[in-house]
Amino acid sequence: MRDDLQLISQWIPKGATLLDLGCGDGTLLAWLGEHKQAQGYGLEINQDNLAACFEKGVNVLEQDLDGGLGNFQNHRFDYVVMTQALQAVLRPDQILNEMVRVGREAIITFPNFGHWKIRAYLGLKGRMPVSSALPYEWYNTPNIHLCTVQDFETHCRKHGIQILERQVINREHRRSILSKWWPNLFGEIAIYRVKA
Amino acid sequence: MPQEIPADSVGLVEPKTHHFDTPLELECGRTLPSYELVYETYGTLNRNASNAVLICHALSGHHHAAGYHSMKDKRPGWWDTCIGPGKVIDTNRFFVVCLNNLGGCHGSSGPSAINPETGQPWGPDFPMMTVKDWVNSQVRLADVLGIQRWAAVIGGSMGGMQALQWSIDYPDRLSHAVVIAAAPKLSAQNIAFNEVARQSILTDPNFHGGRYYLHDTYPRQGLILARMVGHITYLSDDAMRMKFGRDLRSGRFHYGFDVEFQVESYLRHQGEVFSRNFDANTYLLMTKALDYFDPARDFEHSLETALSKPSCKFLVMSFTSDWRFAPERSREIVDGLVHAGRDVSYAEIDTPKGHDAFLLDIPEYTKLFGAYMHRVANEIEHGSTAESDHA
Repeated sequence: MRDDLQLISQWIPKGATLLDLGCGDGTLLAWLGEHKQAQGYGLEINQDNLAACFEKGVNVLEQDLDGGLGNFQNHRFDYVVMTQALQAVLRPDQILNEMVRVGREAIITFPNFGHWKIRAYLGLKGRMPVSSALPYEWYNTPNIHLCTVQDFETHCRKHGIQILERQVINREHRRSILSKWWPNLFGEIAIYRVKA
Repeated sequence: MPQEIPADSVGLVEPKTHHFDTPLELECGRTLPSYELVYETYGTLNRNASNAVLICHALSGHHHAAGYHSMKDKRPGWWDTCIGPGKVIDTNRFFVVCLNNLGGCHGSSGPSAINPETGQPWGPDFPMMTVKDWVNSQVRLADVLGIQRWAAVIGGSMGGMQALQWSIDYPDRLSHAVVIAAAPKLSAQNIAFNEVARQSILTDPNFHGGRYYLHDTYPRQGLILARMVGHITYLSDDAMRMKFGRDLRSGRFHYGFDVEFQVESYLRHQGEVFSRNFDANTYLLMTKALDYFDPARDFEHSLETALSKPSCKFLVMSFTSDWRFAPERSREIVDGLVHAGRDVSYAEIDTPKGHDAFLLDIPEYTKLFGAYMHRVANEIEHGSTAESDHA
């Protein structure tokens, strides 16, 4: 399992209910179902991912995140999880609000655009950063709303979203002293646990 | 007419009939003292009878879902695209059962069958059936076949409604319900279309109050009209545009009321064929059963409460261009199941083919449906029922 998913799975207690936004091939849900008896649903629009979830026996609903989560009641789930998709949705602010409405808590991971390599790429080359974490060109990237650790935290503060826990990791998904002290400069992937 | 049977066909099949002597109490308050159900099976029932799949048919369907009755058949069964060795519902792995519903006109007891009490065709005296009644009769067929629990109950359109009813009424007797292109109840518009179809039959001078069998005739024109209006709702605007556009049969206007546009020709042909092969009283009865379908009604009109009864897992599928039972209608079912905390997966197939898409081989549909059925078969064969999903 991907390391960021492994980190997340540690935050989820036994028997939790969860909604996984952009659940991919259902790896996280399948793992949590098996090891933590978690019950939940994934939302996905990619056909291959839907088929993979069907095969695994993971509950998955074909639903576009940009259409909101209006079909789910308030606090229907213990956790609403969204990994590496915040930057790709039409309105990250709205989906964040929806996540903390539908879930008692929300867990979000995103690539930190404030990482020093990205800053250096833009600063020195003068071109839109391309890296293994962000492998697309400016014209074909699905990542239309990139943000930094600082952007995210400022947004949460302004909109009454409480940050319960934060971890930043590098590309090898490891924590380091540097990223602990200067997360916005040395963290490549940010992982947050938040609530309304 | 198949020159030879295709390798992925179940081949030549033969319907069977079972006579039931135990009276069946019906929702309308009447009782059917005895009745017959005609059905077909494909594949082999395994030793512990755990690989059985029930196929529920739609409005004009019947028990002949796959394969051929003879080498002279022009077409295979109505769901041959999905049922066969190596197909989505793989007969190498599943034992597939499909029956003609009560009230039908393909061999099961219905208006055109002989009423044993009078020796005459039942006609309008055949009791009104509901989806619930059908499910009750299907349970008895399962008992006869020694199937305590279906691996899956599967259906499209009206068939999907039966699968849903099964899950609510007999939660212990199925592991999966596959509900395709269905709705939790008909809308006013759905009922309106059904009523137009019924009125065209009821007002046909050859209807004779439903006793047309005694007059050696049948309401042909009424049936043609009923099917024509029904057929419009089975196709999408786009599908019709692609298939016919405004094409003319002879390339020019004739300024009259004969067939000019290809779409007119097609609808008339569909109506003609249907009127020769379908019983008018059955059409009336089946459309009415559709109108009555509303499982939430038994639970103070709460679909969520109704859907807290099932314990099986669900696959719900819809088609983007289906306007008879549009994706929103399937999502009502999905939302109800999610609210109730049931295991459900949902796919919305992007296709211009309309409601009839559920009968077609559409790559995305076949792939997703196939993936789900693959898992159902794996659960049986490896005994991993994934019951741990619910703690």
